[in-house]
Amino acid sequence: VKARVLIRPKEGILDPQGKAVERALPALGFEGVEHVRVGRMVELETDDLERLPELCEKLLANPLIEDFEIETP
Amino acid sequence: VIWGVIQFPGSCDERDALRACSLAGEARLLWHGDRDLGEVDAIVVPGGFSYGDYLRAGAIARFSPLMESVIDFARSGGPVLGICNGFQVLCEAGLLPGALLPNRSLRFVCRQVNVVVENADTPFTRGCEKGDSLSVPVKHTTGRYYAPGIPQEQVVLRYAPGQNPNGAQNDIAGVCNTDGNVLGLMPHPEHAVDPLTGSADGGRLFESVAMVPAA
Repeated sequence: VKARVLIRPKEGILDPQGKAVERALPALGFEGVEHVRVGRMVELETDDLERLPELCEKLLANPLIEDFEIETP
Repeated sequence: VIWGVIQFPGSCDERDALRACSLAGEARLLWHGDRDLGEVDAIVVPGGFSYGDYLRAGAIARFSPLMESVIDFARSGGPVLGICNGFQVLCEAGLLPGALLPNRSLRFVCRQVNVVVENADTPFTRGCEKGDSLSVPVKHTTGRYYAPGIPQEQVVLRYAPGQNPNGAQNDIAGVCNTDGNVLGLMPHPEHAVDPLTGSADGGRLFESVAMVPAA
């Protein structure tokens, strides 16, 4: 089955990439956009959904600094 | 001292590391795909962009066959030095606490900095005194050290006041494991072993390993 893993910086960790995006928005006329966080998304196909959380913890995300969410259809 | 310097695909500082090690012993290049460390007394995980820094810096290199042997070597007390990308690899491998985040500036920084020795009780700093200042270069994009609750005694090197290049927590430039035999640092001591290039202070970390430990 196909799955998506969304990975983002943990709450409380400074995300300079998100801040840079946030600061750029007013110049384009987008006011009032806050708390921008930039993460990454991994798409994969697996027959073993049960082990997907373990895979995420061991490789796709670093649990010390990142949160992840698994989306399955 | 016989040094082993690991080369991953994408390493780029292994040549300077070999030279720095050879000033304090014999240096051998180790290939990441091998398993056997050979008869080495100390290991350097050098800087660069192992596996293209894909996913996260150091995340994939930690699964190299040779890294399993490095983890065993470190757990049995062998001295292991991780520099820059090597520091990132050792954090990802769980040999060192914490993680390295993108620089606060989001920019690559390349400059000479002073770092202060906070702990002179490791194999790499025993030739220094607490409070000594070393002039060494930094060059990285992902060097903002983050380790909530790290004990004071594991902080080995700190950027001199006002010289933190990346936003690292409490100006931390280098940390060791609880046993003190594994050291990781963002600055590059291997690029500072000859006055010709501005400083030879980095050589002290390599010379320390070759010194007989104080009783």
